Amino acid sequence: MNIECPLSTDTGEVVRLGHGSGGELSQKLLRDYVYPHFDNPWIAQAHDSATVPVKNDRVVFTTDSFVITPLFFPGGDIGKLAVYGTVNDLAMSGARPLYLSCSLILEEGLPMATLARVMSSMGEAAAETGMQLVTGDTKVVERGKGDGLYINTAGIGTIEHPMAIEPRQIQPEDLILLSGDIGRHGMAVMARREGLEFDGPLRSDCAPLHGAVEDLLNAGIAVHCLRDLTRGGLATALVELAESADKKFIVRETVIPVCEPVKGACEILGLDPLYVANEGRFVAFVPAEQAELALAVLARNPVSVGSRIIGAVARGNRPGVILQNALGCERLVARLPGEQLPRIC
Amino acid sequence: MCLGIPGRVEEILNSAPLERSARVSFGGISKEINLAYVPEARVGDYVIVHVGFAISRVREEEAQRVFRYLEEIGELGDLG
Amino acid sequence: MKYLHEYRQRQSIEKISAEIARITTRPWTIMEVCGGQTHAIVKYGLQQFLPQQVELVHGPGCPVCVTSLEIIDKAIAIAARPEVIFCSFGDMLRVPGSERDLLAVKAGGGDIRTVYSPLHAVELAQQNPDREVVFFAIGFETTAPANAMAAFLARKKGLRNLSLLVSHFLVPPAIESICSAADSRVQGFLAAGHVCAIMGYEQYPPLASKYRVPIVVTGFEPLDILEGVMMCLRQLEQGCCSVENQYARAVERRGNIPAQEMLEQVFDIAAQTWRGVGTIGASGLRLRPEFAAFDAEKKFSLDISPQIDSSGCISGQIMQGQKKPCDCPHFGQRCRPEQPLGAPMVSSEGACAAYYRYSRQVTADEH
Repeated sequence: MNIECPLSTDTGEVVRLGHGSGGELSQKLLRDYVYPHFDNPWIAQAHDSATVPVKNDRVVFTTDSFVITPLFFPGGDIGKLAVYGTVNDLAMSGARPLYLSCSLILEEGLPMATLARVMSSMGEAAAETGMQLVTGDTKVVERGKGDGLYINTAGIGTIEHPMAIEPRQIQPEDLILLSGDIGRHGMAVMARREGLEFDGPLRSDCAPLHGAVEDLLNAGIAVHCLRDLTRGGLATALVELAESADKKFIVRETVIPVCEPVKGACEILGLDPLYVANEGRFVAFVPAEQAELALAVLARNPVSVGSRIIGAVARGNRPGVILQNALGCERLVARLPGEQLPRIC
Repeated sequence: MCLGIPGRVEEILNSAPLERSARVSFGGISKEINLAYVPEARVGDYVIVHVGFAISRVREEEAQRVFRYLEEIGELGDLG
Repeated sequence: MKYLHEYRQRQSIEKISAEIARITTRPWTIMEVCGGQTHAIVKYGLQQFLPQQVELVHGPGCPVCVTSLEIIDKAIAIAARPEVIFCSFGDMLRVPGSERDLLAVKAGGGDIRTVYSPLHAVELAQQNPDREVVFFAIGFETTAPANAMAAFLARKKGLRNLSLLVSHFLVPPAIESICSAADSRVQGFLAAGHVCAIMGYEQYPPLASKYRVPIVVTGFEPLDILEGVMMCLRQLEQGCCSVENQYARAVERRGNIPAQEMLEQVFDIAAQTWRGVGTIGASGLRLRPEFAAFDAEKKFSLDISPQIDSSGCISGQIMQGQKKPCDCPHFGQRCRPEQPLGAPMVSSEGACAAYYRYSRQVTADEH
């Protein structure tokens, strides 16, 4: 029996609950908005899971969810973030990113044009990073129960070198390299909410980092540890690493680059740039004797052209991060108790 | 209680008395700021901004005073 | 940034520091009244540039810290109402009330917005005519004119859906209260520069001569604070007790007249309860009767009675300069920024949070 639905299956301009039903509307959504951006044999299998070739026994696997308001911001959008974020998590283990999954949670009423922009952006980011999107899922939640669009991605990569790049490898006297100025992403996003205007274009630093990591490894740098800076900023990343590595880091505040607009915005909002989010910066721990070479290598890649040595791993047993400020005083860097709220009074 | 940041008045945006406002620049970033309490502030002046309001105009002459003093004590130190 | 970075240079700081060392012959205790100054002192480690004999104690000038439990409980009750959009400055959200904080109300579905300026609350009221917008008008004299403007504009624009929950504090009565305490250790004051930018400093000479304490109106950058300390020490060493203005680039003797006029139009002076300290006469502001329609306490019938703060927090002693955060048995133990017993551990201007964040290194290395 084949009952024709009296309602039109035309998608109109917004996401409907039916797009998550698994039926004809779902198929149409995949056909019109997803597949055109991801062309590879595995997604074409259209099976429940993708069978992918991996020629290595050191496989790295990671996942991340992306929830951000606004969905589009200067320098990027949620689609780019969803690819780069997972690429970067893989790159921080020194892995070559290979395969990506993408799970979309759409809110009923989301304009299809928005979805189209995001998927096109994801497609470009995947192509740029050499990631193959091989599997995915789509769900639709009722209006008011989502923020327009959430994306979850998971990624698989392989390690093609003999090193273990992880916090436990951090050694006393390693130097700490930072790949560029901090705070751009958090400020580019926050500025919109706070009605701040930047004189010049302040763009999110959102970028894939696997190329810069590959350059370091190809140059023979014995990278001990890598960490990309995300929520919580440089301060949180360093505190976490110091604790996992059980080491003490000494960092010089004056050499940490912060661009003028980010400095200005932090002053007015009473925020500390050390805690502002980034999406395309990382720290690298390398042996002191290789630090100059590492800097030279990083300087050749646009994503890490502003790299600097910001500090060193100290001898000593008490783990923590010590910041030396412009006046020569030292203080212990702490985690934030919660989200960083603008300090007004 | 008093996060107040100096910024430069770049452009008057609204000149209605209570809602007089300007685009004020804070080194690479600017924001619309209410100038109702600093009616004397003109484009090019620096004002101290607190919660979206300019609360005073910065007096350049006074701002330099401490640096002149530092030079003086520096010279005394050199003599001694 | 002009007028900021030149006041943070190490060379200048070291020169002032040397001068302070040169003029200091005896132990002195100086209070910086403003929490913004406490934050800068601890963040930049300014105590390291002072002789050991000079002790800085921290004053009550953190609006988040002194707002009473009763007002916070009222804020929480109002913010939980479904028709309300509750607007607050960021730091206030984490301050514990009797049972919970505003962030918990938000998590429970309350519509709470962090605003940068009271004008943002006015805009929200215009954009949401079917909602009740309530602005948590906290602060000292610095913030009061901005908050007064919100009430004034609401009346002028005929906004019936905007009201203010007012918790305003005045600094001079608090200084007087500290000076008149029998056990006061404070020998000189750094008055809060931005409060004086609004109010001027004509209120201070009577206090300085009555209690024989020098008072120096002081700015917020490291060089400002050290220069303020130096001016205060010079007076102390010479046995003087006058009022001086270190922050003359932003503060004039009579203050900001248009701002004071707005304050007079909107607010009356009233007794005020300071959390941890108690009630001080004529130390607060309340909306004048003409603005009763914009008073959130009158608009929402609230059945909130004054609560005794039973947390064990010694904020009162800390904010009157009698104790330092590390003297508190709960500091860093039961009381931490993520789980504060009292407000000084919440606000980044609060002495306890500033100590926790910036100066644990000192204590940690001593162990």
